[in-house]
Amino acid sequence: MDSAKTHEILQSAEFKKLVKTRWNISLSFTFVMLFVYIGFLLVIAYNKDFLKMPLGDSINLAIVVGLGIIFFSWLITGLYVYWANNYYDSDVHEIKKKL
Amino acid sequence: MSLNLLLQINPSGPASTLGTANPVSIAIFFLFVLVTLYITYWAAKKTKTGSEFYAAGRNISGFQNGLALAGDYMSAASFLGIAGMVATKGYDGLIYSIGFLVGWPLIMFLVAEPLRNLGKYTFADVVAFRLKQRPIRIAASVGSLLTISFYLIAQMVGAGSLIKTLFGLNYEIAVVVVGVVMTMYVLFGGMLATTWVQIIKAVLLLSGATILVLLALAKFNFSPAELFMSVKTQYGADMLAPGGFITNPLDALSLGLALMLGTAGLPHILMRFYTVPDDKAARKSVFVATGFIGYFYILTFFIGFSALALVGKDAIVSLDKGGNMAALLLAENTGGSAFLGFIASVAFATILAVVAGLTLSGASTISHDLYVHVIKKGVSDEKGEMKVAKRATIFLGILAVALGLLFKGQNVAFMVGLAFSIAASANFPALLMSIIWKGFTTKGAVWCMVTGAVLSLVLIVISPTVWVDILGNSEAIFPLKNPTIVSMTSAFIVGILVSLAKPEKEAAELFESEKLRTYLGHGSEK
Repeated sequence: MDSAKTHEILQSAEFKKLVKTRWNISLSFTFVMLFVYIGFLLVIAYNKDFLKMPLGDSINLAIVVGLGIIFFSWLITGLYVYWANNYYDSDVHEIKKKL
Repeated sequence: MSLNLLLQINPSGPASTLGTANPVSIAIFFLFVLVTLYITYWAAKKTKTGSEFYAAGRNISGFQNGLALAGDYMSAASFLGIAGMVATKGYDGLIYSIGFLVGWPLIMFLVAEPLRNLGKYTFADVVAFRLKQRPIRIAASVGSLLTISFYLIAQMVGAGSLIKTLFGLNYEIAVVVVGVVMTMYVLFGGMLATTWVQIIKAVLLLSGATILVLLALAKFNFSPAELFMSVKTQYGADMLAPGGFITNPLDALSLGLALMLGTAGLPHILMRFYTVPDDKAARKSVFVATGFIGYFYILTFFIGFSALALVGKDAIVSLDKGGNMAALLLAENTGGSAFLGFIASVAFATILAVVAGLTLSGASTISHDLYVHVIKKGVSDEKGEMKVAKRATIFLGILAVALGLLFKGQNVAFMVGLAFSIAASANFPALLMSIIWKGFTTKGAVWCMVTGAVLSLVLIVISPTVWVDILGNSEAIFPLKNPTIVSMTSAFIVGILVSLAKPEKEAAELFESEKLRTYLGHGSEK
């Protein structure tokens, strides 16, 4: 591999932005997921009664929140795939052309 | 951790055909073994090179790998254990299963793509990419093999007890059968056979659990609200809300971290990302896996509550204290003994598939990390490496059977928690820092992995889980049931401090050129 070329790409604003955006998105999504799950655990630890709040005859907030976190995991994972497939990959493709 | 698959069967329990030889389950199980062995025979013809043995020639599609990941992850402990927890403790079972699921989005965001781009066969490939091979490989192998061994013990002991209950088969025979069949998958069919065993198992498990939920919900006019109502009238509203599972916030946080981040440090899961052609397929496979695993935990939630409403808590507990038989009793209740036989054989298939995945990952650690990179210093021909990989497979097969026999009747439920704790403390921090931090050094990585592994082990021994519950002391030296919050945090801190203390110029320089591979997939293993 041509090392001058490699160096040029690594130093390019385009590539730096690619890496930066990737981790901005990954790390924010990670913190959101951690926040949701750890938040859930802490609410359980400190305020169980809040989650016992009934929603309808038999269903309560705890069931909705619990299953909601599963749906949220799908959603946020899907969102990442959507971003990566539509934005990240095309940027990668552009940069790779120069290699 | 209370995923206790050790069954305390009470023979004077309610009328059930559990424990007697069920012709349907034996027939289906034999069919499963026949089909999977045929696949192994087919895969064996395509498994000659290292990349074929360890990574199925990197020809598995993203969707297939997603199903196989789900198959690897959905153990009998999750199926029977979590349904059983819901059936005995109610909502608390869900808290546990959510912890197992939320690790998957993190695998996606943090490790899946860089792992695929940087590595070859094991996660140690990534950590060692720009660091010194030998020390990293040794430390990473220790973390990997510890994680795999504890996971394997829990699975084998669970398998023996479970099969004894399901089929009325002798414990020792059950353990040997599991050991022999799974060794054949791995030894002859390598990753290709193991992948297809996982896929078939995942499809069987997901469809079996779906039918079970539909049959159960049919008794409630397909209305979850009616099901919850029935639980509420029989057992009170508290059954549907968090109970005693989480009382100490620090304990909850520690367990939460173990489940979440441990998933991203399980060697047999990480290894699966090398079976797909590129990072895009790796990404897709996590999405598919997250979807199926989440769906599966929703099913176990409904299975648990349906069993509670239809079979009854007393009947479930009288058969097994931990409630592990809930799903099977529900199957019998809703679909008769033929359906019970089907679900029972699915549970057996589940165990076989999981132990096969673990064994393959252990064998690759021994042959690829230890033999090639430590003993042969990176210079080895493929023939020699394959020979060692096959020997390691046989060794691990024998070890799995031996451990299964050795730990018969022991309380090994905590070992799953320990495996996750080591994975989260020894494997995950080093993997993450090697991907994102330029200043990470060889010494930092080694100390990070050693700290995580040693602290997990030592702290769990002096924790209430082992010190009080197993060794019978009155008070634990370390207060938390799961050590991850301490062991993982320490591993990160030690890794950072040691790296900062003495920078490694070479590693930092290589980090720059590594970026082309990490982010563009340039030069990745094809």
